[in-house]
Amino acid sequence: MASTEADYLHIVTADNISAARIRFGKTIIWASAALLCVVGLVQYLDTQGIVSLGFETWRPTLYAFLIWASCLCWGQVLLYGERGKRALFVLPAALFVVAMVVFPLIFALGIAFSNWNLSSPTGRQFNGLDNVRQMWADPFYWNALKNMVWYTLAIVVEYAIAFGLALALNAQIRARKFFRVAFLLPLMLSPVAVSWMIGKSMLEIRFGPVARLLRELGFDQISFFGSPEMARFMIMAMDAWTFIPFMMIMILAGLQAIPKELREAAEVDGASGWSRFWEITFPLMLPVSITAILIRIIFKLKLADIIINITAGGPGGATDSVTSFIFREYRDRSNVGYGTLLAIVYLVLIVIAMTILMKLADRWMRPRY
Amino acid sequence: MTQQIFRDSDADRAFRPSWFLGRAAIYAVLLVWAFICLFPIYWTLTTSFKAAPDVMQGNLVPWVDFEPKMLGLRSLGLSPETIFAESTVRAEFLKRFWNSVIVALCSSALALVLGSMAAYGLSRFNYRFGFMKNADISFFFLSQLILPPVVLALPFLVLYKELALLDTRIGLILLYTLTVMPIVIWIMRDQFSSIPTELEEAALVDGLSIWGAFVTIILPIALPGMVAAFILSLVLTWNEYFFAALLTSTNANTLPVMVASQTGSQGISWWSMAALSSAAILPLILVAILLEKYIIKGMAAGAVK
Repeated sequence: MASTEADYLHIVTADNISAARIRFGKTIIWASAALLCVVGLVQYLDTQGIVSLGFETWRPTLYAFLIWASCLCWGQVLLYGERGKRALFVLPAALFVVAMVVFPLIFALGIAFSNWNLSSPTGRQFNGLDNVRQMWADPFYWNALKNMVWYTLAIVVEYAIAFGLALALNAQIRARKFFRVAFLLPLMLSPVAVSWMIGKSMLEIRFGPVARLLRELGFDQISFFGSPEMARFMIMAMDAWTFIPFMMIMILAGLQAIPKELREAAEVDGASGWSRFWEITFPLMLPVSITAILIRIIFKLKLADIIINITAGGPGGATDSVTSFIFREYRDRSNVGYGTLLAIVYLVLIVIAMTILMKLADRWMRPRY
Repeated sequence: MTQQIFRDSDADRAFRPSWFLGRAAIYAVLLVWAFICLFPIYWTLTTSFKAAPDVMQGNLVPWVDFEPKMLGLRSLGLSPETIFAESTVRAEFLKRFWNSVIVALCSSALALVLGSMAAYGLSRFNYRFGFMKNADISFFFLSQLILPPVVLALPFLVLYKELALLDTRIGLILLYTLTVMPIVIWIMRDQFSSIPTELEEAALVDGLSIWGAFVTIILPIALPGMVAAFILSLVLTWNEYFFAALLTSTNANTLPVMVASQTGSQGISWWSMAALSSAAILPLILVAILLEKYIIKGMAAGAVK
């Protein structure tokens, strides 16, 4: 992924940019910025009741922001000519992400330390560290975090299954395309539909086919979501079912990139299938595996849809993920402040954990010989 | 008498049975997993044609175990006898379906445009925005992938309320664009850096501007990657439930929200839930069958280096 300086496209341009054009460029950028500030300020004063112009929404500020963003892009071309046109490739996406992520995150920090019930007329009240104290004493939140650790650990099993399937698909088999499409399909399904298809109907205790099969096999007391361990396992299994194809395809791509000569050389040297796998295939697959697992962890940390729709966190919070817990917390009490604090703590934990993981992965991926 | 000079050694011949055994094991594994993958889909599709007794008896095979009935389609107002009649259920369903289509297509397209441009710029030029260089900018974009949706959900609830974007399709489109853009940038950066820069250099010498070269020369070459990125975005946005559940109520509900809201209320009338679920999964199943090549290509991008 690291590309060197020499890979880049070099363009030599001779732009003749007149002083008037530069002046115009600077003017529109600063003028639109001033417009944005003024509109924002006026709207703020309006909400504080200092001036009353009767704004219904913050839309005018949004429009002012859009004008400023467009002027900034246009101004780049006016000011820097060809170099500005290059900046135009990245600038829209960057502005979009900043507006949609950085600004709301700062806003979220403000909400997190307040008590804000959206349905109550009193509006937002700053309450300092009350939310932190409440979180510290909230057993359900810690329970949800603990569940996330379990859910994440399940990835090891998913990875083993995905690797096995990728090996089988990579063998000389017939009807490879059929198997590939069939294996890919679970990934395409909406988690909400999956939670009905599997969680609510196939695992239904009276009429579901799985329960029927188990009864045929002689089990009497069937309950899929009764005990905490069983319920957690079922959620893990369903999530694994949807996401195993994802890891499988990444691993398959890695397997196909291994040159055949290596395998043949090992065969000539008399390595058995087992040692061929552990000494050649597996070490060569390490970088791909780590990438696949890291991406899978990222997706796993967002796990919520299935839980919300099948167990709603039950029994007794045993299946709650952090996301589904905050979702219910908001649905039940519509307290934006506390939920946001929980989410931000979660984000901080994730960032710390992912940084450590990536550092470790970096160390493992470096060749040792 | 001729004698065979070259022949397999005894050791190689003895290997044959275990080779067949290995083949059988591989096919067994593949078939079992294919069954695990396909059975829930088959179950859903057939259940939408089952009446209550069929559900309770656990009939599996249509025409053998039970006679298919149009119950599922009728519950959506789409069966032959109800399709021309006035139907509120159908109107409701089509509205949700249409919302899903528009939101998924628009946000994927927007993410593709913004993401491709950014990926191209990052793969070709050296940028410096303040202290941020190319590697930092790339990391800034890709790190959005780590951000769990729940962190943004509640702030956006408040912001959208203030901006009157709550329960609108535009609000959802903007958020979905944000969530899939890192993936588009990842795939497209991979794609662009595999295209040699000599192509643009030649085009620039011939008098095209850099944007002209990008649009007329580079994009057509990168088309397979763009299709892959578009389809992956489509999958993620079509299936998205969390934001849609929080930020929409009556106007802009998408199909997953409708499926989720009906789940509890239907009791044993599984056929209507099955029909609804089928409608939610069928478009993407068709996409998967027809465009499997691109999906696999998209997911393999970045895996192999």
